[in-house]
Amino acid sequence: MMQRLLQSRGLAQIIALLVILALDRAVSPQFFDLRMQDGRLFGSLIDVLNRGAPVALLSLGMVLVIATRGIDLSVGAVMAIAGAIAASLADAHGMPVALAAALGAGLLCGLWNGFLVAVLGIQPIVATLILMVAGRGVAQLITEGRIVTFTAPDLVWLGNGAVLGVPAPVAVELGMLVITGAVVRGSALGLLIEATGGNARASELAGIGTRAMILAVYVWCGLCAALAGIIAAADIMGADANNAGLWLELDAILAVVIGGTSLFGGRFSLVLAMVGALIIQAMNTGILLSGYPPEFNLLVKAAVVLVVLLLQSPRFASAGAVLGRARQ
Amino acid sequence: MNASSDPGSALLEVRGLSKSFGTLRALQEVDFTLRAGEIHALLGENGAGKSTLIKTVTGVFPRDTGIVRLGGAEVAPRSAKAAVDAGIATVYQEVNLLLNLSVAQNLYLGRQPTRFGLVREAEMRRRAAELLAEFDLHIDVAEPLGNYSVAVQHITAIARAVDQSARVLILDEPTASLDRHEVEILFAVMRKLALRGIGVIFVTHFLDQVYEICDRITVLRNGRLIGERETAELPRIELIRMMLGRELAGTTSERAAAKVRQAGEVCARFEGYGKVGCVAPFNLALRRGEVIGLAGLLGSGRTETARLVFGAERADSGSATVEGKPVRLQSPRDAVAHGFGYCPEERKTEGIIADLTVRENIVLALQAKRGLTKPLSRAEQEGIAIRFIRLLDIRPPEPERPIGLLSGGNQQKVLLARWLATAPRLLVLDEPTRGIDVGAHAEIIRLIRELCDDGLALLVISSELDEIVTYSDRVIVLRDRAHIDELEGEAIDVSNVLAAIAATGTAGAEAGQA
Repeated sequence: MMQRLLQSRGLAQIIALLVILALDRAVSPQFFDLRMQDGRLFGSLIDVLNRGAPVALLSLGMVLVIATRGIDLSVGAVMAIAGAIAASLADAHGMPVALAAALGAGLLCGLWNGFLVAVLGIQPIVATLILMVAGRGVAQLITEGRIVTFTAPDLVWLGNGAVLGVPAPVAVELGMLVITGAVVRGSALGLLIEATGGNARASELAGIGTRAMILAVYVWCGLCAALAGIIAAADIMGADANNAGLWLELDAILAVVIGGTSLFGGRFSLVLAMVGALIIQAMNTGILLSGYPPEFNLLVKAAVVLVVLLLQSPRFASAGAVLGRARQ
Repeated sequence: MNASSDPGSALLEVRGLSKSFGTLRALQEVDFTLRAGEIHALLGENGAGKSTLIKTVTGVFPRDTGIVRLGGAEVAPRSAKAAVDAGIATVYQEVNLLLNLSVAQNLYLGRQPTRFGLVREAEMRRRAAELLAEFDLHIDVAEPLGNYSVAVQHITAIARAVDQSARVLILDEPTASLDRHEVEILFAVMRKLALRGIGVIFVTHFLDQVYEICDRITVLRNGRLIGERETAELPRIELIRMMLGRELAGTTSERAAAKVRQAGEVCARFEGYGKVGCVAPFNLALRRGEVIGLAGLLGSGRTETARLVFGAERADSGSATVEGKPVRLQSPRDAVAHGFGYCPEERKTEGIIADLTVRENIVLALQAKRGLTKPLSRAEQEGIAIRFIRLLDIRPPEPERPIGLLSGGNQQKVLLARWLATAPRLLVLDEPTRGIDVGAHAEIIRLIRELCDDGLALLVISSELDEIVTYSDRVIVLRDRAHIDELEGEAIDVSNVLAAIAATGTAGAEAGQA
């Protein structure tokens, strides 16, 4: 019984999220309080969703890449590029141009990664490492090494505005989840991606265009990263090429893995990758609220990852079942 | 030389060796005897049990039952290293040496001559040069091994093995990547070792080389010992029969029953189709309701023909037409679009997607054919899966079970279902009954016949000659990567196929190698 529960999909992640939220509540009694102010919801829960938006967006793209047995290390750098472009263009050319240029840059970055992996056959970790390093350089060239600030109100709104009381980043995050879900599960893409990740050679022999599939997921990942970069820039009304999205690729990979998608490819879940991103952010927020120095964050993060992964491990679950039987 | 190395005495004796992987019995009660000073060929098709025998004897796999005696004393190595210490060394096709180290370092790795804890480089080089000179190999031993040819690498591996006091040397397909001249050098080394009383086991699929160098031959098929013969007393055709045929009796009557079918019109035609280094240009016309069998030994070009037809390899000559219209088959995707299907020989690595369910594995090719934008609904997928699970009697009949958990025979049925769901005009089956237990074996053959009656064109590859003879309307015989003969109607029987495979073997083989 216990074993079946543990093995049912997603339960471990949901439990982990609830436990962390309960711990957050324990260190900060007002954690679940919500209030409306100036037409926008406020509260720690909303904060988790809001602060977590960039990593959640990244993990939406990353989960598809990882499902094809790939990985994209460049998303943090792509965030920096997109943020730099949006910030540089926003005041002079207006928000639509800035948005389109930044998203276009993300698309190009994704095409580049996809070309290296799908067409040239370079190992994903190496192929995307190139852009991870070069991308931040590109972003610094765009901002000329300075922090570029802007005031264009419609772009600022993306970071600080609200839709029906929901902060704009949260709305974008949920909107992208719905769009990605519709594209992936509404078409045959989901099945074909899982097949490609599970066994690329067999998939190709079954008539699947595996190259196009792989190219597509890197492009989507690039777009998601660009969107995350725009939101991060809008949030601080400026672009910091040195620090925007720094190390966030690792959080995104972590979110996907916590969400139960194996680095060996195959089965994936968009929603659980999102939950993974929320788990990470709920921890970050909890530690800030508790007053511990943020350095603890890293240790706690590592411990939580270990617990979630243990809960997912079939070997651990069967060991638990054996222990349970011994006790009876 | 000790007493057990006298030429002619039994050096390595294997008795009643069995090994199973799950339900698959890879070796059943196999006996094998190697004499001192002989070169002994170990032959059989893919899946016959050659590698399993070698790996079980050398302790890479633990054995289930049976004993191994070396020079009269029982040995039971637990690892490849223990086997080397006992005196049984193996050189695999892919040389297990370090190409970035020098020849001398490779020869003495882990047992370098030292003084005061330091490696004596000069001494090591001197000894290495001496050792290789014994094999008439005079090269600069300080050069990295990777700078030399594959033949030199093989001889280095052999020299290392022999220098570690090997009494039995197992060579697993050593000549597969060598040219004629390099093969000569290797053979000279093998003869020299035999003269020194070492027993050499030679695994190969080049029969000409067997007749050139081997004293005796042991043939395995389906994990069983088929026979052990003196090379001089075993005609080539008889050897091929041992490797491919099961029993001659009983096949003719089945054959007559299968004969009633009427072949339809041509649905796919290949003219001068071929690829350099893959298979020589061939003509092939596939008719509705007709089974074409591809017969030949391992490495004769059977699988290569299948992969060319399916677009998994790109042809560099010739043309293909489907229903009279010229087509380009650049990828499996193109072939699927034209209504082709292909069940590959390597079911695990090229067929199934182990983590996905039976349902998903079945609908995969159909979904790929329909394209991204026309997804099959969950209900449609379940309908298709349940229909084929019933039709092919797939067990257990659970569409949501991951396919990796099914038996080999049931996995094969799922792959058949994957293609049947696309309503193909041509189905290519590469060794459809490989690694499948006897019951499922008969069922798959029955399915092949039924498919044909429904108007499907089939191209079937099998190492089981009596199987091919049973269901084929035409048999194409391959040798040395070329289509060399075609049998039709009454002419199809095991002995004719064997004769075609064996005919003018030497001349053909030399041409093929050059």
